[in-house]
Amino acid sequence: MAQFTRRRFLKISTASLGASAVAAQWPSIGPLAHAAQAAQAAPAGVTTIPTFCEMCFWRCGGIAHLRDGKLWKFEGNPKDPQSMGRLCPRGTGAVGAHYDPDRLRQPLMRVGERGKEQWKAVSWDEALGFIAEKMNKIKAEHGAESMALFNHGFGQRFIQHALKSWGTINYAGPSYAQCRGARDVGFQLTFGSGVGSPEPLDIKNTDCLVLIGSHLGENMHNSQVQEFAQAIARKVPVIVVDPRFSVAASKAKYWLPVKAGTDVALLLAWMNLLVTEGRYDKAFVQQYGHGFDKFAAEIKGYTVEWAAEQCDVPAELIRAAGREFASHRPATIIHPGRRVNWYGDDTQRSRAIALLNGLLGNYGRMGGMFVAQGIKIAPYPLPKYPEHAKPRLDGAEADIYPFADEGITTAIRDATISGKPYPIKGWFVYSTNLMQALPSEAETIKAIQNLDLLVVCDTLPSEMAGWADVILPDTTFLERHDELLTGFGRTGWAALRQPVVAAPHDQKPAWWIAKQLAEKLGVGTSMPFKDMEEYLSARVEKSGHSWAKLKTEGVIMAEHKPITVEEGLALEFATPSGKVEFWSDQLAAKGFDAVPKYTRHPEAPAGMFRLISGRAPVHTFSRTQTNPLLHDLMADNEVWVHTATAVKLGLKNREYVKLKNQDGVVSNRIRVKATQRIREDTVYMVYGFGHTNKMLKTAYLRGASAGGLNSSYKTDPIMGSTSIHTNFVSFIKEV
Amino acid sequence: MSRLGMVIDTRKCVGCQDCVVACQTENDVPQGFCRDWITTEVRGTFPQLTMEIRSERCNHCDNPPCVSCCPTGASHVEAFGKVVLVTANKCIGCKACIAACPYDARYVHPEGYIDKCTFCLHRVKEGKDPACVSVCPTHCMHFGDLDDPKSAVNELLRTRRHHTLLPEAGTRPRIFYLS
Repeated sequence: MAQFTRRRFLKISTASLGASAVAAQWPSIGPLAHAAQAAQAAPAGVTTIPTFCEMCFWRCGGIAHLRDGKLWKFEGNPKDPQSMGRLCPRGTGAVGAHYDPDRLRQPLMRVGERGKEQWKAVSWDEALGFIAEKMNKIKAEHGAESMALFNHGFGQRFIQHALKSWGTINYAGPSYAQCRGARDVGFQLTFGSGVGSPEPLDIKNTDCLVLIGSHLGENMHNSQVQEFAQAIARKVPVIVVDPRFSVAASKAKYWLPVKAGTDVALLLAWMNLLVTEGRYDKAFVQQYGHGFDKFAAEIKGYTVEWAAEQCDVPAELIRAAGREFASHRPATIIHPGRRVNWYGDDTQRSRAIALLNGLLGNYGRMGGMFVAQGIKIAPYPLPKYPEHAKPRLDGAEADIYPFADEGITTAIRDATISGKPYPIKGWFVYSTNLMQALPSEAETIKAIQNLDLLVVCDTLPSEMAGWADVILPDTTFLERHDELLTGFGRTGWAALRQPVVAAPHDQKPAWWIAKQLAEKLGVGTSMPFKDMEEYLSARVEKSGHSWAKLKTEGVIMAEHKPITVEEGLALEFATPSGKVEFWSDQLAAKGFDAVPKYTRHPEAPAGMFRLISGRAPVHTFSRTQTNPLLHDLMADNEVWVHTATAVKLGLKNREYVKLKNQDGVVSNRIRVKATQRIREDTVYMVYGFGHTNKMLKTAYLRGASAGGLNSSYKTDPIMGSTSIHTNFVSFIKEV
Repeated sequence: MSRLGMVIDTRKCVGCQDCVVACQTENDVPQGFCRDWITTEVRGTFPQLTMEIRSERCNHCDNPPCVSCCPTGASHVEAFGKVVLVTANKCIGCKACIAACPYDARYVHPEGYIDKCTFCLHRVKEGKDPACVSVCPTHCMHFGDLDDPKSAVNELLRTRRHHTLLPEAGTRPRIFYLS
C-alpha cells in the first residue's frame, strides 16, 4: 500500500522503470477470430468476452474488453458469484499479465550446467520429444512412480491428467501442505468436512467476525472482502488477533496483538471461558456434540489470565472479546483462515478454531458457516488411469502423515533426496515457483541434484524455471481454454474460461501441451477430443445447458438449495461418530492429542526477531511482480519494524537493510518500514519478492524473499504441512 | 446544471488500489503514472492505533487554483458537471497548475501536456460511474450531483461525519471522506 506521497510515487516509479514513456506503448496483438464472434454488444470498436480470472485462486468471473482488437481492460462479470461484477486489483490488472515483457516466449532447453540459467530456444516438437524420451527412460529404469508432478492453479487439470494416464502417482501442490491443508484437516476431523474454497462463511449476514491472523483486505479474496466491507458498513463488531495492526485490525472493535505463536493459548482460553461461563450453545452441543465432557475437562486449566501471560495481551481484552463474539452466536464466525501453515502444529490450531465454532453452534447457520452447494455437470468420458503396484509416497496414501488427504510436496522432495522408499528421478513442475513456495531452498536444490529430468511449465521465468532442463511457456488465462469450473458456494455455479486474445508469441495453452505430450508418451487416447471447444461443449450440452449461451454469459448458475438450517437444511456430520467431535478418537488412536494442547514455541534469540509474512492486495505469490500494472503499485516489499526497535538498532525509515536468519541465510536488500503497526518482537514482510532469475528483468533483486529466509521449518506430524513463521532474523545495515 | 462530486467511505476502504489500476486501464494512463492513489494515515502509538485509508485524486475544487493560474485556458472548469479538465492541445506544459495544486493531483504526461483525473466524463456521459467507483470491491465510493439535494452523495453527507482534504487551502474540494 502506498504510504508515500504522489510525488514520491512518481519518483520511485520513474526510477524503477527507466524508460517509462516507452513502456507505455503496449505491443499490438490481435484477438482470436472466434473470440470476436462470441462478443457481446458494446460501444463501437469495443468487443467483450467473458472468462474467469486466474490472477489468484479465487476464480472470479470477468469480462475482457477489446478495443480495436487489442486487449484493453478486464472488468467483473455481474452474473458471477465470485466477483459480483467487481474484480480485485490483480484481476483488474490481468491485462498486464498478457502484456508482461518478461513472459516466457518459446520453449527453452538448458545448455550447460543445471541452474546456470543458460538456454537455447527449441521447437515444441523438440522440447516435448525430449521430455517424453526422458520420462519413458525413467519409467523403464525405475517405474512410472519415479516421475513426480508439482502443480498449482486451474491450468493443471490436463497436465495432471496426461501424467496420471502415463503412470504418475505422486503429485502435489503447495496449496495443500504450504497453505490451507492444515485448516481443512482440522475442520475435517471436527465436522467431517474440510472448509474448501471459497470458504463458506456467511459474512454477509453475520453479527460478529473473528479473524485469527487472517488479514482480509490485504488478502483480496474478492467476494469475501466485499462481504467484509458490507459487514463493516453494518457496524458488525470485528475482532482481530494479529501481532500486526493489519488493515482488518484498523476496522476492528477489538484488536489483540498477541505474541506470534501463542494463538492456541488464546483459543483454549476462549473455549474455557465459553464453557465455564455457560456462553456456548448447549442445545447444539447436546444434539450434535461428541465427547464434550472429556473435552471440557481437558480445557479446564486454560484460564484467561494464563492466556494473557502467554499471549502478552491484557486478560480483560481477551475476556471482553470472547464475551462479545459469544453474545452474537450463532451468527458469529471464527474465520478458519487460509494460509495457515505457521508453526508446525497448525492442524491442532485449526481444530481449536473449528471447536470454537462448534461451541458457538454456527455450523449450517445463517450468519455463521453455511454448507456450500455445487452444480452437477456431466463428465467427459475419459479412460481410467493405469493401476499402480507401489504406494504413493507423497503422503496421500503412505502412512507418513496419517491424516493427509492430498499429496505433500515436501514428502516428494524428501524421497527425491533420500531415494526412499523408492527413487524419484523426474519432476514436472506446472505453474508453481517451488523455490519460494517450499521451505528450505537448500533442500530443494539438493533434491534437484538427484533428478534425471526437470521440466518447468509456466508463464514466467520463475526461480524454479532457472533450474529446469526444459522450460515450456504456458499461455496466460486470457489466451486459453481450461477445464470448466464447477464451484461450491451459496449456490453452485459453473464458469467458462475461454481465450479472449491470441498468445503474443509461441506460448501454448496447458491443455494443448498436455495433449501433445500425451501423444508423445504413447497415451494419446487419454485425451480423446480434438480441442477444448469439443470437450467443454460436450460437457455443457450433455448437462442440459446451452454452450452458445455460456460462451456469451460466462456463467451457469445451479438451482439454489438450502445452505442453512434457516433454509431447511438438515445437519449431517461425516465424522466416525456422525457428530461434531469435541473429543477426537481418530486423533487419539494415532497417538495425537484428542483435544488441542498448547505448545510453547521457541522465543527469538537475543538481538533477533520473529519473521512473519503475509499478502498484499496487488500481488499473488511470486508470480505477479513483473506485471507492469501491478509492479507500478508495488515494486518492492518492505520489512516492517516497530519504530522503537528501529530507533534502538539505528535503522531509518525507507533505508535498505539485509536480513540474516538463525541459520546464517542472508536475504536480498529490502527497505525498512518503521511503524507503530507491529509488535516490537516481530518483523513482517509481504512474501513473493526478491526474485533471482535474471530473466525476470522487472522484478530481479527487488525486495527480499520471505520463502528464502524460511530455512528452519517444522512439519505438522498430523498431515505434513510445513511452517513459515519459525524463523528469526537480525538486521545487516547496507553499505 | 449539475456539480459532480464524490463521497468516499474510509471505513469500508481496505486500500487495495483497485481504483488505481482501473483508472490506468480505463484511461490509458502511461506506466509509472497515476491519476488516483491511496494514502494511509496512521495515528497513535502501539497498541492504541487508528488508521484512515483514502483513495485520493483531483478534488475538482469549486475554487480551483489550477484553473485561475493557467496562462492558456487549457486548465478549465467544464460546463458539464463543473468538472475540472485540461485541454491537452491548449496546454503548453508550463506546470503552473502543478505548483498551484495543493493535492499533488497532476503530472506531466510523457507527451508533454498536464494530465489528471477527469471523473471519467466519457463514462459519466454514458450514464456510468467513473471507473474507480464502479470497480471498487468494497463499494466505498459514491459519485453524484452535489447540487441535487436528493442525490445519494448528499444523503451520505447529511447523515455521516465527513471531511475534505486541506480545507484551509480554500479550494472547496468536491471529494468528501466519510469517517
